[in-house]
Amino acid sequence: MSIDKDTARRVAHLARIEVAEDALEGLAAELSGILGFMEQLMEVDVDGVEPMTSVTPLDLPRRADQVTDGNKQADILRNAPDAREGFFAVPKVVE
Amino acid sequence: MADLQKMTIATARDALRKGDFTSLELTESYLDASSSAAALNAYIAHTPDLARDQAKAADARISSGDAPSMCGIPLGIKDLFCTRDVQTQAASAILEGFRPPYESTTTQQLWDAGAVMLGKLNMDEFAMGSSNETSTYGPAVSPWRRADGGNTDLTPGGSSGGSASAVSADLCVAATGTDTGGSIRQPAAFTGIVGVKPTYGRVSRWGIVAFASSLDQAGPMTKTVRDAAIMLEAMAGHDPKDSTSAPMPVPDFEAALTGDIRGKTIGIPKEYRLEGMPQEIETLWADGTAMLRDAGARIVDISLPHTKYALPAYYVIAPAEASSNLARYDGVRYGHRATLSQGEGVTEMYERTRAEGFGKEVQRRIMIGAYVLSAGYYDAYYKRAQKVRTLIKQDFERVFADGIDAILTPATPSASFGIGEMADADPIKMYLNDVFTVTVNLAGLPGISVPTGLDSQGLPLGLQLIGQPWGEAEMLNTAYALEKAAGFAHYAPKWW
Amino acid sequence: MTELSYTEPKPKVIAGSVDDWELVVGMEVHAQVKSDSKLFSGASTQFGAEPNSNVSLVDAAMPGMLPVINEYCVEQAVRTGLGLQADINLFSQFDRKNYFYPDLPQGYQISQLYHPIVGEGEILVDMEPGVARKVRVERIHLEQDAGKSIHDMDPEMSFVDLNRTGVALMEIVSRPDIRGPEEAAEYVRKLRQILRYLDTCDGNMQEGSMRADVNVSVCKKGQYEKFRETGDFSHLGTRCEIKNMNSMRFIQAAIDYEARRQIAILEDGGSIDQETRLYDPTKGETRSMRSKEEAHDYRYFPCPDLLPLTIEQEWVDRIRAGLPELPDEKKARFVTDYKMTEYDAGVLTAETANATFFEEVAKGRDGKQAANWVINDLFGRLNKEGLSVDATPVGAAQLGSILDLIAKGDISGKIAKDLFEIVWAEGGNPAEIVEARGMRQVTDTGAIEAAVEEVIAANPDKASNAVQKPSMAGWFVGQVMKATGGKANPKAVNEIVRAKLGI
Repeated sequence: MSIDKDTARRVAHLARIEVAEDALEGLAAELSGILGFMEQLMEVDVDGVEPMTSVTPLDLPRRADQVTDGNKQADILRNAPDAREGFFAVPKVVE
Repeated sequence: MADLQKMTIATARDALRKGDFTSLELTESYLDASSSAAALNAYIAHTPDLARDQAKAADARISSGDAPSMCGIPLGIKDLFCTRDVQTQAASAILEGFRPPYESTTTQQLWDAGAVMLGKLNMDEFAMGSSNETSTYGPAVSPWRRADGGNTDLTPGGSSGGSASAVSADLCVAATGTDTGGSIRQPAAFTGIVGVKPTYGRVSRWGIVAFASSLDQAGPMTKTVRDAAIMLEAMAGHDPKDSTSAPMPVPDFEAALTGDIRGKTIGIPKEYRLEGMPQEIETLWADGTAMLRDAGARIVDISLPHTKYALPAYYVIAPAEASSNLARYDGVRYGHRATLSQGEGVTEMYERTRAEGFGKEVQRRIMIGAYVLSAGYYDAYYKRAQKVRTLIKQDFERVFADGIDAILTPATPSASFGIGEMADADPIKMYLNDVFTVTVNLAGLPGISVPTGLDSQGLPLGLQLIGQPWGEAEMLNTAYALEKAAGFAHYAPKWW
Repeated sequence: MTELSYTEPKPKVIAGSVDDWELVVGMEVHAQVKSDSKLFSGASTQFGAEPNSNVSLVDAAMPGMLPVINEYCVEQAVRTGLGLQADINLFSQFDRKNYFYPDLPQGYQISQLYHPIVGEGEILVDMEPGVARKVRVERIHLEQDAGKSIHDMDPEMSFVDLNRTGVALMEIVSRPDIRGPEEAAEYVRKLRQILRYLDTCDGNMQEGSMRADVNVSVCKKGQYEKFRETGDFSHLGTRCEIKNMNSMRFIQAAIDYEARRQIAILEDGGSIDQETRLYDPTKGETRSMRSKEEAHDYRYFPCPDLLPLTIEQEWVDRIRAGLPELPDEKKARFVTDYKMTEYDAGVLTAETANATFFEEVAKGRDGKQAANWVINDLFGRLNKEGLSVDATPVGAAQLGSILDLIAKGDISGKIAKDLFEIVWAEGGNPAEIVEARGMRQVTDTGAIEAAVEEVIAANPDKASNAVQKPSMAGWFVGQVMKATGGKANPKAVNEIVRAKLGI
């Protein structure tokens, strides 16, 4: 599978990483190389094999419905690049 | 006063208990060593005040007779562990200035056992790399140098490169590492130390910056197998805050170190004999096999037929999980946020923040991960890789069911290489460093790297033992026998 | 269980300029699970707290934070499934739905795409007495709610509050079996009623506890039947999804608008773009969502921080055994046991609290009379005052006591209404009020006879006319009632008047 420039642009946007237009060709080539390496997987006969979902055969632990956390607004906000009046502030989102 | 350098956990523990010196003295000595080793770039932050406070508290505990094995032992902590109020960036610019208001379960357990934090250790950015060169702080440097008279800086490996360099150069008694595809074992092998990747679920992941959740495990990086046993015991245990943490009792790992491996069956997997593998590695492996045989183990040739596909499967699964795990670094709640121009909005904020904050390798893996999960490719790549992962795990289950107690392989396909030597290489070439180690992560097994020899340039080489699930105690004992037989007792000559 | 029988409502038909069109609607309702803490963290779910205070480190997606599932939320989803007669999947799994949005801290929502906890079920949507449709439910899955972005506090910035982040939601997905705007509103109403009966969601639509995404398409007559036969969605036409509706009135209006919009395009020779739209209630229109224009690629994959969720059949059985009587059952029972109309039964079973109140009043009394009083007098009055039954000033015991006083003949129906007013305004024990205020009706025939004789004696002309014109008796009864201050037993007065007048 080879990745073209448009696909590279789409993937970069999907991942929300700004890539300059003139860097897209290079990126496409790099990603194609890595995907080429993964092509080996196509050789494996995986018929009837279940995809792994958890490497350890455990049951999902469940916790009781108790309020044990929260009320730490200062901790939540203290690393924020822009916090105002108890909120995180971000550039305006248009719907 | 006793020589405070070249301490192991075990010797320091015994000396502290005997009162030969105090933890504060020991800590001061290691603070000195770590702060005068800038050339190794192993530490990215020093925490002397915290270290002294912890050392004093440890001394009080020791004198009151309440001294767990780790009490008073100065450690270095990989920057992937969140440490309360202490800078934690996973060696990434995107976490610029981040100070967690919380402490990882694993480090908390170490502090509860009385251990002392000297500082945070360098690593590959978000643990993605095999040479520590992707760090935003620049590469950590190995204390080891080639015997060719040159002074090429060599890599301590990665991603736990700072940990390996610091332990190897004696800038701490031991260090924490994390291992997603070999990030503890490969740097341990490169620097002549011991590194353990525990069974998946043995050590809590809570508070450790996630790379690939289904593969990540933290473990000890130490000078000896005994130290690894002691430190693993302190790090391990069930954590209800991590749903993948196993409610399993933690055995007394140190007590398991009898050195007696008579009657144990060691498997030698033929698929690990790679084409073009250096003769030195072949020899190392054969020597190690002989050592275990001489110690009374039975050696059996085994086959793990899907080994070849482990690396491509790993490089689908790990980036896929990483692409999702790293989506939270968006400039909203912590870390770096890009400056925007008039009229730019939230999408520009995301894209520029992440372009500025993530290094090239991390960006590459995020994008590969996004691609293999995207519509139309999920089945072909991600789902297929998870099926291959099932097959890889089944390979191991089969040999263990056949009576194999542990598997011996090389830890790395080569000795350490020079920093920058792989800069122009295809990323795949760097990925090949993990060829012997990723299978263990994919199958959730415990693995340990033990230094057993030197290459022709005088650089350390290590062998890997792979244990049965939850069989760390037995694996450590086999490693202990190997360590004794190999008698690796080399320190890098100090040049820094 | 008694079941009522129904006929199916007719699909809504909209006449275009060329053809008649039928509507096809499917719904995805997001219902907030009633629980104290969040789905994967121990922070409170309470509404209306200070911004970012009901937030844990997990909710804020701090590095290295991990989810641990709330067992009660799982139980609530199972309970909801059982309440909708749905299959419960003993094995389910959580997946990550990846997308970027400021109020989605993790950069993904933990949801269940591939293996939801609840499978196929159904909801009986009542349209009018005797008319209802069984709408199939495809699945219910558990997922995390997002936070809240506030766009109107600052001209350049949006503000993000994570209090709601991570609260458990059940997404209840219907098949496209809903055939008109009114049915859609009734579907939501019925679903809300069931969830409130089960106590798995408070159904508070204003606070956003229930929100619906509505899929609308139009097709020609006969196409829907083809879809039901083949399962092939292409018969139903291209659908548009109207996002995030939290009012039944708006749902109805939006579907109507959207169907007409699609018909106009189709009849004009155009085609419908499958897209996400928003309803603007002030304009009464739907519009395409700009930010959703780019095709979403959510990159779902199993969440590696969570193991598959395996629940035990025995646990499911225990939850089933604890289910309350549900609306359809209760309604059928009311019709049978209390001989009331389906309409009245519907009113009385709309909310559990109403039904419970009614049954308390009706216990050991005439059910039909109790129903009349509860519906007409009490609910009518509560409605007027904007009160719920929980806040009623006239309790079930008090209303029951009023009914007892009527039954015993202590007060007349008319006095009973006055008594109800007194209890409403002042409270108190109705029997004591009757005594204290001399409201007991006079049943002493001697006293009534005397009063009747007095009226007849004062009006001899009318008395002799009454023999020819028996309807005049009413006038005498009225006079006697007036003379006795309304306290005479009207039945007794009537009898005595007739006897004395000889009619």
